[in-house]
Amino acid sequence: MSNLLTLSGVHTHIGAYHILHGVDLVVPANQLTMLLGRNGAGKTTTLRTIMGLWHASQGTVTLDGVDITKQPTPDTVQSGVAYVPESMGIFSDLSVRENMLLAARGARTLDDIDTTRLEWIFGLFPAIKKFWLHPAGKLSGGQKQMLAVSRAIVEPRKLLLIDEPSKGLAPAIIQNMIAAFRELKAAQTTILLVEQNFNFARQLGDSVAVMDDGRVVHSGSMAELAADEAMQSRLLGLSLGSHQ
Amino acid sequence: MTLLKADFDWKPLALVPALALIALPAVGSGSTWITLTVAGLAMGMIIFIIASGLTLVFGLMDVLNFGHGVFIALGAFVATTVLASMTSYTQADSLWLNLMALLPAMLVAMAVAGALGWVFERLIIRPVYGMHLKQILITMGGMIIGEEMIKVIWGPGQIALPLPESLRGSFIFGDAAVEKYRLLAVLVGAAVFAAMVWTLNRTKVGLLVRAGVQDREMVESLGYRIRQLFIGVFVVGSALAGLGGVMWGLYQQTVLPQMGAQVNVLIFIVIIIGGLGSTTGALIGALLVGLMANYTGFLAPKVALFSNIALMVAILLWRPQGVYPVTNR
Amino acid sequence: MMSRLLSNDLPRSRWLTALLVVLFLGLLFAPFLFPGVKALNVAAKVLIFVALVASFDLLLGYTGIVSFAHTMFFGIGAYGVAISLNSAEQAGWGALAVGVFCALLISLLLSLLIGLFSLRVKAIFFAMITLAVASAFLTLASQLSDFTGGEDGLSFRVPELLSPGFMLRETPLVTPLGEVDLNGRLITYYLIFVAVTAIFLTILRIVNSPFGRVLQAIRENDFRAEALGYRTVVYRTLSNVLSASFATLAGCLLAIWLRYQGPDTSLSFEIMLDILLIVVIGGMGTLYGALIGSVIFVLAQSYLQDLLRVAGTATEGIPLLPALLTPDRWLLWLGVLFVLSVYYFPTGVVGKLRERAALVRLKGLK
Repeated sequence: MSNLLTLSGVHTHIGAYHILHGVDLVVPANQLTMLLGRNGAGKTTTLRTIMGLWHASQGTVTLDGVDITKQPTPDTVQSGVAYVPESMGIFSDLSVRENMLLAARGARTLDDIDTTRLEWIFGLFPAIKKFWLHPAGKLSGGQKQMLAVSRAIVEPRKLLLIDEPSKGLAPAIIQNMIAAFRELKAAQTTILLVEQNFNFARQLGDSVAVMDDGRVVHSGSMAELAADEAMQSRLLGLSLGSHQ
Repeated sequence: MTLLKADFDWKPLALVPALALIALPAVGSGSTWITLTVAGLAMGMIIFIIASGLTLVFGLMDVLNFGHGVFIALGAFVATTVLASMTSYTQADSLWLNLMALLPAMLVAMAVAGALGWVFERLIIRPVYGMHLKQILITMGGMIIGEEMIKVIWGPGQIALPLPESLRGSFIFGDAAVEKYRLLAVLVGAAVFAAMVWTLNRTKVGLLVRAGVQDREMVESLGYRIRQLFIGVFVVGSALAGLGGVMWGLYQQTVLPQMGAQVNVLIFIVIIIGGLGSTTGALIGALLVGLMANYTGFLAPKVALFSNIALMVAILLWRPQGVYPVTNR
Repeated sequence: MMSRLLSNDLPRSRWLTALLVVLFLGLLFAPFLFPGVKALNVAAKVLIFVALVASFDLLLGYTGIVSFAHTMFFGIGAYGVAISLNSAEQAGWGALAVGVFCALLISLLLSLLIGLFSLRVKAIFFAMITLAVASAFLTLASQLSDFTGGEDGLSFRVPELLSPGFMLRETPLVTPLGEVDLNGRLITYYLIFVAVTAIFLTILRIVNSPFGRVLQAIRENDFRAEALGYRTVVYRTLSNVLSASFATLAGCLLAIWLRYQGPDTSLSFEIMLDILLIVVIGGMGTLYGALIGSVIFVLAQSYLQDLLRVAGTATEGIPLLPALLTPDRWLLWLGVLFVLSVYYFPTGVVGKLRERAALVRLKGLK
């Protein structure tokens, strides 16, 4: 089992603040790795550092054997990474259609997008099809979330970095999302997913890494963590276990 | 804009005819009103050509370019040189020949202004991305240097820029006189607007610009090298300013090295009214400013500049971010 | 005692202190050290710029607001005095006082309006709006010629004590450096000197008070300041009003010195650029930068033009160079200097000297 993404001793500073204190993380290929932890643990910062939106002050980030630590964001993305930020990054004044078109880098016009893929996305997230020509800003929070994920999967990618996708989604849609991620895994996509909802996480994750105070404090298989309630409450706090 | 018809915010658009209609009783005579209105629209269109590039630069690159005026002046001065060397074409009373001179003048002016824009972005703007205060200071410095260099090359005084023969004079409609050149200006402006709207809405580049104005970081996160987009928009914006300079110079029939600084203030008022980053907003702002300048120029010349400021203040009280604010900022 | 006078805002660098002392003494004894009309003009110009730039630094360096309306307030002060003294039957202290008072009142109202407006708009809008307003004001001054003398400006008389004709002593004072006329000009010069010193020390007091510290907090992060409970609008407006008032006073001093006022003497854009250049070269947010920058700038302006003239004639035969090196193109070199200063000299002279001193102290501690 090879690792698609490796972080080694990564430190990140934002201005005067030292957020990541030596993160060591491996993301195995073709698996879904969950990144868990309390608010402020550094999960989003880790994703942004991988993306190159914030640069690591120390340490290395390796993607598929290539050192991408100092790479500018567009180059990293072009190596096959897609990012769904916590704020979703929806372009409100553009239509849903235009948002999707932008995300399909290979496409000059809408016809260039793989129709089977589009149909698959429509099947997963019907709202995308329903509001195709509407300005994306008019969508509800949950629908925007769907759009954000749809954008990331409109073309095949090696690695998906996703920050809290289940926020604000109805349970039925969450199930659709889980199904989508499972299909993606099968299609040779690696996923690194940040989540607060442990119930969502346990259904999907193969591996898990838990962060606290800018470090990875636990990593291992999801099955192991899911079975051990004591470890869950120790690492994630009692409150999370009650999110059903 | 791919907004559905029901969603389109038409109120700002209605301001333009509203202003024109309010002016009608104030002006009194219908024929004078027609002349003034066409003059206002023409001036507005020229201002729009200049402002359109600047608003995109502001919106997309978050760069406060106080030196935009230098491209205006440069375009105008380049045109004087080109047209002066083609007097056989400009002095002939044939529209075709005149256009044969005017078109190269415009193209050369745009090319030179665009080239300077590339240099300006590289030397002056690039080192100060993200630092607004320094941008203001440095771009002002850049404009001073540019203005002085124009004086070095073309001399410190004003140069006449006479209209080509067939574009002089007016069409007479009953009592109203409509200047031929002003009609041309309206046409050119409308063409530029149409081209911009088409590019922004129907091409992927345009899509990138519109998305980038909203959320630069996300566009990068989708894999696009936004730096190159910046440079492109800046160069196009500068070229448009050059074109606007040519048209402004012909409108006034003289060019001065200070014309950039003079027009700068009007441009700022226009993009504040329009909203940073909005092309349609810039058009509305420009038309309002053009009309206002001409109506007050006729009714109460001493308060002309103040009237535009009052207009800007009024609009900001209604919508503090301009008539078409770009969301996500 | 000294540090209390300077509101505990010490130079913090030996070189800087030395420089400031030299400049202060130089200006204090200028009429005697550098006898002659031109030198005195230069010195008076320096003093007025010090007040003008220090008030600008309060707004820009300490509150972080870019405003292009500063020259407008400068002009209001100058025109206020000019119009008052011009239209008064007797050019006396009463008329002068009326002029100053009216000018301050107008500035107060205008700056209050502008300040309150900044509530609704973003910083960049504010900068552009002030630019527009200042341009409009300049046009207005030229157009209301009945009132302001239009393009030609206004010449007027000043109170007798200040006029050149007034002699303290009939014969000039003879010193080893030259002859000094003990006339009204000398008195005016010292009036300006005292006024500017008072203004400078007052601004120094303001920026080092709790009010000044809030201003700096707002400059750094206005969200946080607001979250901490400070009504940023109020502070910004107050800063705007104070800055405008001091600029107005500087304008009044200018008018008294020149005994003439026109659109170019105080309202022109070139002066706004001069202010920006001085504040950048001297050092933003330091106040002492205003003093150092003004001296450097005014000296350079007076003598660089001569230098350019010499360089221009020296390079006569070479193409293009003479056109670049003429004193008429002084503004070009100003612009280049300006751009270079913003890049390479962002903290200005004062900043650089203080950094040096701090480094030395650190090394000493190690």
